[in-house]
Amino acid sequence: MSVLLLADVDNGVLSPATARIVSAAAQLGPVDLFVPGPPAAAEAAASLAGVRKVMVNANSLLADSLVATLSGLAEGYTYLVSSASSQGKDVMPRLAASLDIQPVTDIIAIEGENRFTRPIYAGNALETVSDPQARHVLTFRASAFRPAAAAGPAPIEALENTIQSVVAFIAGHRTESDIPDLSTAQIVVGGGVSVGSAEGFQLIEKLGKTLGAAIGATRAAVDAGYAPNDWQVGQTGKIIAPDLYIAVGISGALQHLAGIQGAKKIIAINSDPEAPIVKIADVVLIGDLFEIVPKLTAELEKLDLDRA
Amino acid sequence: MKILVAVKRVVDHNVRIRVRPDGKGVETTGVRMSMNPFCKHAVEAAVQLAEKGQASEIVVASIGPKASTDVILTALAMGAHRGILVETDASLETLAIAKLLAKVIEEEQPELVLLGKQAVDDDSNHVGQMLAALTERPQATFASEITLEGDRLSVTREVDYGRETIALSLPAIVTADLRLNTPRNAALPMVMKARSKPLAVRPASELAVDLAPRLIVEKISPPSERVAGSTIGSVDALAALIAADVKAMEAL
Repeated sequence: MSVLLLADVDNGVLSPATARIVSAAAQLGPVDLFVPGPPAAAEAAASLAGVRKVMVNANSLLADSLVATLSGLAEGYTYLVSSASSQGKDVMPRLAASLDIQPVTDIIAIEGENRFTRPIYAGNALETVSDPQARHVLTFRASAFRPAAAAGPAPIEALENTIQSVVAFIAGHRTESDIPDLSTAQIVVGGGVSVGSAEGFQLIEKLGKTLGAAIGATRAAVDAGYAPNDWQVGQTGKIIAPDLYIAVGISGALQHLAGIQGAKKIIAINSDPEAPIVKIADVVLIGDLFEIVPKLTAELEKLDLDRA
Repeated sequence: MKILVAVKRVVDHNVRIRVRPDGKGVETTGVRMSMNPFCKHAVEAAVQLAEKGQASEIVVASIGPKASTDVILTALAMGAHRGILVETDASLETLAIAKLLAKVIEEEQPELVLLGKQAVDDDSNHVGQMLAALTERPQATFASEITLEGDRLSVTREVDYGRETIALSLPAIVTADLRLNTPRNAALPMVMKARSKPLAVRPASELAVDLAPRLIVEKISPPSERVAGSTIGSVDALAALIAADVKAMEAL
């Protein structure tokens, strides 16, 4: 009952989500990883608990060639799994169809042998399915699982790979920042459309910096051009599950709430006591964000939390 | 160039979802249904290509009950030329949907297939990628920009780290993200005109695809409700509370 796991590599570095997918996959059986990246990413993967072996090759990066590579490796594995990242969403359904398997994606809980729970309707309902197929193609929502612990290094095997993608990669436009990864951050500060401008978002970023937090934004704030799309939290953006979510000037549209269901604690800073977010937040401070946020940032700086 | 756009009829995304007490699904009786928002962006992209003179025919296909003709009519009103409903009352899994669409593609031979990246009911985000596998075509998922030059498509994709641009040759499969465009609302004359456009209805059974579900849905349950907490009086108190939370995290 072994597992073949497609790892996520970002900019040559093993994505922090991968450790969480390994811990989910290790519940199913021994885990072998395929790392589409450089040797350093493979080394990081090899030191995760539950990993039996790492295979590495940096040539397959696009869906068609990744699927061809994984199909070639898939023989003998009961489970083919990955994160529900943009790569996992792109690759795993294609892999599943090529093997005539119905996948189960975006799993947030493993309920038992081949029983999984996944959110539907933007998290407004949860579906529990059992999968009696002989082989399984699964993706897991990273934020719903704890990261795997460190362990002694597993062996690393460099794969020969001559598979060429028929698609050409032209350019990547990375949103450069030293801000932590949104999908796996312990603390996230999110801004809504009331933040009013890209300049306004600098207040959010400054508050985030004092807490070593990732920065999120609502779809409306992204659409208005105040924040880049990869900051978007919600049904159409990233799904997050931080220990602490601070929602600034966010009313709490259904599609945004879908992205923050997994937050352990929600603090809302909002001028409208009737906003939907106020009804679900654990702690609420009512007032003008342009007064509150700079003051709060200054207070937290004084406390010197040593998180920056 | 011929474009095929696949569209799905779903519970309108503004409707508050209620899980049925029997745990067998969500309440859809008497609930407003409409075209899945992501599919609308796919239709709009096709219509824009036609307006630029880069597409000669747009065929719109849906799989579902008779009532799905509504969403086909919406697409026809937006500017698609003809519709195909593959009719079934069964609740199909994404693999079966992709297999049915692959049959339609085999018959229609479109150079470009456009779909929404996901349906807002089951949130799967599978069908475009599966179709690409079944038809052995290159794929560009989560598109926020599409440009066509000759038979080469350049597509900008929304990915976790930002955006990336890829180039692929037709025939190809592209799935639409929300930032691809702003879908038009069809004016009344277009809605009237849509009714006279060809719309073929055929039973799914005719397409010789095994539609049996592979998974067993055990239950549909509501998520745990979050309840309102407490209001805090001052910034200082909030700062102290956040500081305490941070210290508790460090201690773990």
